[in-house]
Amino acid sequence: MTDNIRQIAFYGKGGIGKSTTSQNTIAGLAELGERIMIVGCDPKADSTRLMLHSKAQTTILHLAAERGAVEDLELEEVLLTGYKDVKCVESGGPEPGVGCAGRGIITAINFLEENGAYEDLDFVSYDVLGDVVCGGFAMPIREGKAQEIYIVCSGEMMAMYAANNIARGILKYAHSGGVRLGGLICNSRKVDQEVELIEALAEKLNTQMIHFVPRDNVVQHAELRRMTVIEYSPDCNQANEYRALAKKIKENDKLTIPTPISMDELEELLVDFGILGDDKEYEHLVGKTAAEVAVV
Amino acid sequence: MAQNNVDNIQDHATLFHQNEYQELFQAKKEFEGGHSPEEVARIAEWTKTWEYREKNFARTALTVNPAKACQPLGAILAAVGFEGTLPFVHGSQGCVAYFRTHFTRHFKEPFSAVSSSMTEDAAVFGGLNNMIDGLANSYNLYKPKMIALCTTCMAEVIGDDLGAFIKTSKEKGSVPEDFPVPFAHTPSFVGSHITGYDNMMKGILLNLTEGKKQATTNGKINFIPGFETYIGNLREVKRLASLMGVNYTLLADNSDYLDSPNDGEFRMYQGGTSLEDAADSINAEATVAFQAYSTTKTREYIEKEWKQTTSVSRPVGIRGTDEFLMKLSELTGQPIPKELEDERGRAVDALTDSQAWLHGKRVALYGDPDLVIGLVQFLLEVGAEPVHIVVTNSNDVFEQELQAILDTSPFGSTAKIWGGKDLWHMRSLLFTEPVDLLIGNSYGKYLWRDTHTPFVRIGYPIFDRHHLHRYATFGYQGAINLLNWIVNTLLDELDRNTIVSAKTDISYDLIR
Repeated sequence: MTDNIRQIAFYGKGGIGKSTTSQNTIAGLAELGERIMIVGCDPKADSTRLMLHSKAQTTILHLAAERGAVEDLELEEVLLTGYKDVKCVESGGPEPGVGCAGRGIITAINFLEENGAYEDLDFVSYDVLGDVVCGGFAMPIREGKAQEIYIVCSGEMMAMYAANNIARGILKYAHSGGVRLGGLICNSRKVDQEVELIEALAEKLNTQMIHFVPRDNVVQHAELRRMTVIEYSPDCNQANEYRALAKKIKENDKLTIPTPISMDELEELLVDFGILGDDKEYEHLVGKTAAEVAVV
Repeated sequence: MAQNNVDNIQDHATLFHQNEYQELFQAKKEFEGGHSPEEVARIAEWTKTWEYREKNFARTALTVNPAKACQPLGAILAAVGFEGTLPFVHGSQGCVAYFRTHFTRHFKEPFSAVSSSMTEDAAVFGGLNNMIDGLANSYNLYKPKMIALCTTCMAEVIGDDLGAFIKTSKEKGSVPEDFPVPFAHTPSFVGSHITGYDNMMKGILLNLTEGKKQATTNGKINFIPGFETYIGNLREVKRLASLMGVNYTLLADNSDYLDSPNDGEFRMYQGGTSLEDAADSINAEATVAFQAYSTTKTREYIEKEWKQTTSVSRPVGIRGTDEFLMKLSELTGQPIPKELEDERGRAVDALTDSQAWLHGKRVALYGDPDLVIGLVQFLLEVGAEPVHIVVTNSNDVFEQELQAILDTSPFGSTAKIWGGKDLWHMRSLLFTEPVDLLIGNSYGKYLWRDTHTPFVRIGYPIFDRHHLHRYATFGYQGAINLLNWIVNTLLDELDRNTIVSAKTDISYDLIR
């Protein structure tokens, strides 16, 4: 059963557009006739809203809290069906500031496994919180779970830092659990030379830029209607971009063990592309306020 | 065979020598592909060498038999020293079952402590609901006068906020608003049981003494025993203070709880320091602790918040007891009575009677920091030489203090302090640099078995010998007890070594 399922996960810096990109891509895969389940692994529970046209679906942990124990739940109560029969489930998590969200994800995924959620599927997609702050958030890439990771990033410096950090996490599990990096998805922020920059980063990380998703306002229009672009405006250019990404992921055979780079190397890369000045150029500016710089 | 004859039930020690079990063991060994006896013997020999010792001490990722336990164990030992107090451990059930078992095996007494039974849901959402229900249940079922709360690893890893949880529980009516629920955060992965004792003691005193400060003192001296497992010591301290005419409060007096009379009726709460006396401890003249490293934060708190002087006095051996009595005399102006001078004289006389058998004897010992300091003081007094000193829950301040004590005596010059090491390290030390005597808790019996070093059980836990915890190691009488255990173990060993007829029995003497 689970042997034939391709399990993929989307990681990336918070706010980069993981949930939007992943749901639109899944919609593209669903159009191709794939049977898919989305597992949202973020206490905010916003990984399935575009599929279900809802604000936020009832999460496993929310219901577990109400009932008293996760054993008291039925799978049907938390596993909903959305656009093109895509199955949707959200782990949920505790209130901010109490308990342990990481443990919540482990609990939720264990629940799904024990209750047969992983049946009759071609793809499982995990959408994970931006900051992999503890072991719980690495649950989707531990042994027997996601084998392919796609990192959503942009040409902005912090997004690239985050991508490199995630590559380090993947490397840690690559030799024990067999997880591989499938590629970087560039979700454009219209940074100068963004394609070249992400391609250069991809090369250093021993992977590929699998697709460049241009920026388009139609994404926001679709989001407002709690829909994917593919469903909202199937003929627009952006829908075709997501379809292209979906096809590339379906056919992707370039699964690699990443080679994360040091912070110095990453900064060098940014210097090469003129995003950061050379160390020497800005050394005298570090730690200076705007007023102080004006004097210099 | 086996256990089929009801008229002849075999004891555990003989049952498994029967053929059918022996055959079973042999088959098991073959199935598991066990090594030949020759190979096992060869490796066992190798573990006795210096080469193995060096490998053993280069060990980084493995601990074997550490001589320490975890924080909540110490915390609940402090808690049961107070009148009507129920220890409540916020965490999952298994931890608390372990603590209760551990004390019961040592003291051979029931030990009552409850947990908030945290499960997976509590781990995800935080343990507030468990605390609310747990406090209400404990209060209604067991009717305590105080609930002393500490934590296990689980609650600490997810960051449960005890202070806020207790406040919320009281708002929800779990226990009355004015019911004392002192608390301490006691993560097991930080420090050891002595840290937990310190944290809980501080938490209880903080809670009970709040707003109790008076303009004048109550003329009493506070005693804090620390992680003390010799009931005899608590009784000895009370006896000494009474003989001196000193008015005292023994904080966390768990002597009745852990050594209660058997009159046919079970009482959950036995004796203990009254909550009233504990609350009034803030108005005492001074506080004297009998251990330093299990009372560090408590004494800091007392000095800073109560503006009370504190000191540490370990009444072990002649000098230790002298210093304690003189300290009491200095604090209260009371003279040391003739009765105690006579006791001192008798102890000194006993030491001189045995001194010839102890002089120059090489000793290895391990245990908690304060226990080890007390024993080293005593060993130096009788002219024995501490050689290997293993303290798993060591720290820099302790090692400096102990080294300074060793430096005061020529008998201390061969000693080496092994901080942070475990009993498997001790095993290598005993094989490569043998000694005449080993002192430690019950876990030392494995070292005794392997190395044949004569072994005296002093410390905690002692699971495999009865009643030792009823004796004192404090005071002049305690000095005689220590002497008795140590010298007679050496004499037993001498008998064993001279026992072969017509060969060694020329020294199998009647008089030693």
